[in-house]
Amino acid sequence: MTEEKTHHPEPSYLVDTGKYKGLMAWLTSTDHKRIGLMYMYAIMVFFSVGVILGVLMRMELYWPGQQIYGPQAYNGIFTIHGIIMIFTVVIPGLAAVFGNFSLPLMIGAKDVAFPRLNLFSFYLYVLGAAIALASQFMGNGPPDTGWTFYAPYSIQTQTNVVAAVFGAFVLGFSSILTGLNFIVTMHRMRAPGMTFFKMPLFPWSLYATAWIQVLATPIVGITLLMIIAERWLRIGFFDPSLGGDPILYQHLFWIYSHPAVYIMILPAMGVITEIIPTFALRRIFGYKAIAISSLAIASVGYFVWAHHMYTSGMSTTARWVFSLLTFLVAVPSAIKVFNWVTTMYKGSISVKPPFLFALGFIFLFMIGGMTGLSLGALATNIHVHDTAYVVAHFHYIVFGGVGFAFFAAIYYWYPKMYGRMYNIKMANWSFVFLFTGFNLLYFPQFIIGMMGMPRRYFDYLPQFTFGHQLSFWGGILLVIGFVIMLITLFSKKGAKAPDNPWGGRTFEWNIPSPPPVENFDIMPELGVNEGPYDYK
Amino acid sequence: MEHRDDIGAKLGMWLFIFTEILLFGGLFLVYAIMRSSYPDEFHQAAHHLNAFIGTINTVVLLLSSATVAMSITAIQKGNKKLAVILLFITLLCAAAFMVNKYFEWGHKIHIGLYPGSDLMVTLSHGQVMFFSLYYFMTGLHMFHLVVGGIILTIVMIKVKKGTINADRYVLLENGGLYWHLVDLIWIFLFPLLYLIT
Amino acid sequence: MHPETVHITPYRSHAWVLITLLTFTVITVTVTWIDLSALTVFIALLIASVKSFIVLTYFMHLKYESTLFRVFVFIVLFIYVLVILFTLADYAYR
Repeated sequence: MTEEKTHHPEPSYLVDTGKYKGLMAWLTSTDHKRIGLMYMYAIMVFFSVGVILGVLMRMELYWPGQQIYGPQAYNGIFTIHGIIMIFTVVIPGLAAVFGNFSLPLMIGAKDVAFPRLNLFSFYLYVLGAAIALASQFMGNGPPDTGWTFYAPYSIQTQTNVVAAVFGAFVLGFSSILTGLNFIVTMHRMRAPGMTFFKMPLFPWSLYATAWIQVLATPIVGITLLMIIAERWLRIGFFDPSLGGDPILYQHLFWIYSHPAVYIMILPAMGVITEIIPTFALRRIFGYKAIAISSLAIASVGYFVWAHHMYTSGMSTTARWVFSLLTFLVAVPSAIKVFNWVTTMYKGSISVKPPFLFALGFIFLFMIGGMTGLSLGALATNIHVHDTAYVVAHFHYIVFGGVGFAFFAAIYYWYPKMYGRMYNIKMANWSFVFLFTGFNLLYFPQFIIGMMGMPRRYFDYLPQFTFGHQLSFWGGILLVIGFVIMLITLFSKKGAKAPDNPWGGRTFEWNIPSPPPVENFDIMPELGVNEGPYDYK
Repeated sequence: MEHRDDIGAKLGMWLFIFTEILLFGGLFLVYAIMRSSYPDEFHQAAHHLNAFIGTINTVVLLLSSATVAMSITAIQKGNKKLAVILLFITLLCAAAFMVNKYFEWGHKIHIGLYPGSDLMVTLSHGQVMFFSLYYFMTGLHMFHLVVGGIILTIVMIKVKKGTINADRYVLLENGGLYWHLVDLIWIFLFPLLYLIT
Repeated sequence: MHPETVHITPYRSHAWVLITLLTFTVITVTVTWIDLSALTVFIALLIASVKSFIVLTYFMHLKYESTLFRVFVFIVLFIYVLVILFTLADYAYR
């Protein structure tokens, strides 16, 4: 990338300027942009592993009965699919990749507040992910508890639960440190003149996310430690035969793991909030409402955890309380959707790949959110609890929501990251395949779920065959779309990207693509009358 | 690093302290549920705990907290020697706490009161829960005490070397904050475990 | 940070804080010799809360930090109390 030096005197962050060259220069770099990219590569690798496991499950379920492997292998595969996808892909996901890459650029900072801590949390992430993966191959076979490690089974099973649990613990620690770093960054390093309510909305969503990371993750940390202690020392907190209470485990687990859903989805919403006004050529509608709704989702979302436990045997009072709270959290989510749609109204829309994926996000997120309400309602929940309906619901949120927002974000910031454009036509084709494949894969699950197909089952009754087969072919389309996307992004160098290919109005579009190491030659400022999106 | 932000560093430390508070918070939640399920057994089991050692350790920790706080005053006034001495006293207190704990745990393990022991199986469910909580909570607290001790040792060396001085001492402040957190947790552990007889 | 704006707590006040904390420790130990049945936990927690308030305010310098720090501490404790209350919504009505 030396040719850019003629145009910009400062070398880009992709050029090694330090002591080391090549791979070592990346692995020792505390530059937030490089760390963001390293997260992205790691996450894509783990995502690919998760996808392969997913395809293996769909292959097994193509016909009723055993096809290619046995029930114990199936239990191991859905467990590790969950662990990888949740803990190593979607929880760090957008915050670790695009939070790291874009947050300092968008608020006009040179880096995050603690750059070395940032690199440290990346290594913790790699370590945790390695331990979680290793749990597959060490000890008495892969864990078969599901990613939720429900007690008392997780205490009794002979499989390698401890390694997987410890991996999740380390990953949680990494997540905490990233969140901590972002909060301090946003409090201390905003550009002069940029008050909190002049901050772009992606940083706002990261702010809410970071607080959940800091305040919720420790609870699952201690819970996972308790599981390890139960297995090694027989402390018995969750073991009824020693006087413990398994439902207490579910409480503790979901006190984190439900807010974790908001760790995943809030940054996704933030990305969509940046993309839609850019491509609709309009000012975002309801800036403050969107900013505050992020905080509202984070704070109300902290208190809805027990809606995962309606059938666990907890008290009736708790059930209606948590059902009520669950319905409340839909309000700020809907506020965001209304604002996105209103932003597009009468806009001069240019349909580029990031925008397509943003539209896909809204569509899939709506389906996921609405079905979430039917799961949050007590009566309907009892009917579809632990069926494929739940599987379809959370894939619509976690994959349709977070995944599509992730793809949208890659297509949006790719020119800034690499200083190159990609093939727009190919990118559009990847959307067609991903979107069609996604719906074909998961929509049938809603239907067979309502018909009574339980989740996490190796075998099923013949009437569900057609649904499972549709899902399989949807999965194949999805994989094709993913491969097209990888080819589009990484196969060959595209044309040189301009500084501001999309007409974005935040700081990062006003500096060279790719940005120089120090981000800004002249530190940006916001004038008294300038808003968050007046910078162009 | 040319850029320096002491308030930012302290903010980061506070956020970390919040995570620690919630980490123990999860345990205190388990304690609350278990205690409300087995109130009488908790009372009986607590008789096995030595409230005297517990009180001594409380005093030791409070004293160590005060000396850390004073060492910050000392460094602010430029009195390096006093700061090192006060930090050293803090570390001595930490060591004293550990020695006490060693005897306390050692005695219990000696008579067979530990999770998974043969004696434990014969106890009632509530008592098992109490001792499990006792070992888990004080054990995790002790782990934090050791970590805090290591941090303060590093801080003390840096004070001695002069890298922590009257102009830049945020590391000492942050180390102190962590140490006070260890104290804070003990303030709740002590009455909840030792004083419910 | 400008050293001249920094608040330096005198040794004497730290000593007083320590004495106060030790006094509360004595109280919390002696109170257990009296049988207050249901009130015991309440008093123990109350004294512990007072003690931690003192530690937070003086030893941890919250009194001299910016308001932001105090607001954060308050929010965190508030959230934790809510978590306990919502969990009890299950256990108290089972």
